[in-house]
Amino acid sequence: MTPKIALKDVHKTFGTKRVLRGVTLDIMPGESMVIIGGSGTGKSVTIKSVLGLVQPDKGEVWVDDIRADKVRGGKRDAMLDKFGMLFQGGALFDSLTVWENVAFRLRRRMDKAEARDTAIAKLRRVGLGPDTADLYPGELSGGMQKRVGLARAIADEPEIIFFDEPTTGLDPIMSDVINELIREVVVEMGATAMTITHDMSSVRKIADKVAMLHDGVIQWTGPVAELDHCGDPYIEQFIHGHATGPIEAVR
Amino acid sequence: MAVLSAFQGFLAGIGASVLGLFRATGALVLFALQGIIHMVLPTYYWRETLRQMMRIGYYSLPVVGLTALFTGAVLALQIYIGGSRFNAEGVVASIVAIGIVRELGPVLGGLMVAGRVSAAIAAEIGTMRVTEQIDALTTLSTNPFKYLVAPRLIAGIVTLPILVAVADIIGVMGGFLVGVNRLNFSASAYISNTVNFLEAGDILSGLYKAAVFGFIITLMGCYHGYNSGRGAQGVGNATTNAVVSASVLIFAANYLLTELFFSA
Ligand SMILES: Nc1ncnc2c1ncn2[C@@H]1O[C@H](COP(=O)(O)OP(=O)(O)OP(=O)(O)O)[C@@H](O)[C@H]1O
Ligand SMILES: [Mg+2]
Repeated sequence: MTPKIALKDVHKTFGTKRVLRGVTLDIMPGESMVIIGGSGTGKSVTIKSVLGLVQPDKGEVWVDDIRADKVRGGKRDAMLDKFGMLFQGGALFDSLTVWENVAFRLRRRMDKAEARDTAIAKLRRVGLGPDTADLYPGELSGGMQKRVGLARAIADEPEIIFFDEPTTGLDPIMSDVINELIREVVVEMGATAMTITHDMSSVRKIADKVAMLHDGVIQWTGPVAELDHCGDPYIEQFIHGHATGPIEAVR
Repeated sequence: MAVLSAFQGFLAGIGASVLGLFRATGALVLFALQGIIHMVLPTYYWRETLRQMMRIGYYSLPVVGLTALFTGAVLALQIYIGGSRFNAEGVVASIVAIGIVRELGPVLGGLMVAGRVSAAIAAEIGTMRVTEQIDALTTLSTNPFKYLVAPRLIAGIVTLPILVAVADIIGVMGGFLVGVNRLNFSASAYISNTVNFLEAGDILSGLYKAAVFGFIITLMGCYHGYNSGRGAQGVGNATTNAVVSASVLIFAANYLLTELFFSA
């Protein structure tokens, strides 16, 4: 089976900062891949390079049989139509209301009333009531904005969904609701998902496979079941949150 | 030796700045071309375009109107002083009209709108860049040039001439008020002097200028916002650069256009 998404030896440098130094990763169709790794290691850059928001300096990015890092114009639009993305900061359009944000893509094929109803249904799935629909993003709390971003990402039932830290800033109960939702989206819609998270309980809940990014490369990748006894020192240190180990905590 | 290497450093510095200038100019020209292409080719975001027309045009009316009113009034007084030295006070009405319509209406109107609108556009698009809203647009299969840049460019090109036409009328009226109430011209003589000596070309040349200024103002706002640096400081710099570059380009374009109309 060919992977849905494949990164091959992807490099990216910002100025003098070598962020990605040869990332290689395959994600199979319908699989839920979770990327873990320290803050600032380039997890967000990795998923942005799949979407073409960051242009890799070297290496290849494949989505199905398309070179995602090379594709332009109409083909790129067609490729992006397959994706839903939750940005780390939400990235809601602050000139549009909550429901208009969620329905942004739906409006291309639905009339206003239908798009609004669909948006409200999606908002309910992320635990937000219809009363939030007509508010502006600026009027919401950080965690609520995050959930609106999540509703927008799943609204058009995309084939591939990226979640950049979906549960950061949420209370433990809401985190669990969101983890469950992500799991549902993968199982029910058959979507391929790539999630970035720091939260180990999220990892265990949503991952089929886990990849650990450190020093610009994938240090370890494997099924979530193997996480606890994989013997990889990076994973060991990360999941137990030790300050000492191969990952240096600069103080 | 030290002198020589200092001189080399000096030359290298000049070279680097010249290269930087060319690079910046090239980037701006490419940005402008891309903006124009997306302005002309479908798809069009009409709702966005109308919204921008309201923001850029309608809400600039008070500022531009007041500027024109006082400018017309001052112009009448100054021309009266100058004209009386040649016993030519009678030219006040015509010269106020020509001065406002050909030059001061578009330039002062353009500068006022540059201060208001370039800054607002740069801040808005810059914030969207910094908070990843532009990336989000792309992932939602919406071209930021079509959705953000083209509507603003269209709004600038369409509304600035309308604004300036209104400014022309208000400016001439400012001259009229001073002429009649302060300088004791008869109202009917002032009006007939204004109308008789004003040519269609005067008015049209001013409106052409306005359209070009509208393009410059919105383009500079979009360009600096789109390429904004990271963080609040990046957006702040983008805002300043947008206003400064729009103002300078308005003066430069004004000279070029005037030269063009002068020879035509
Ligand atoms: N557009 C950019 N320009 C310059 N540097 C960048 C840019 N984007 C990311 N970086 C740098 O790349 C590095 C990795 O950033 P990235 O956002 O991918 O980290 P991350 O792994 O997602 O961290 P976190 O868990 O804190 O979100 C950071 O050091 C950041 O400063
Ligand atoms: Mg990140």
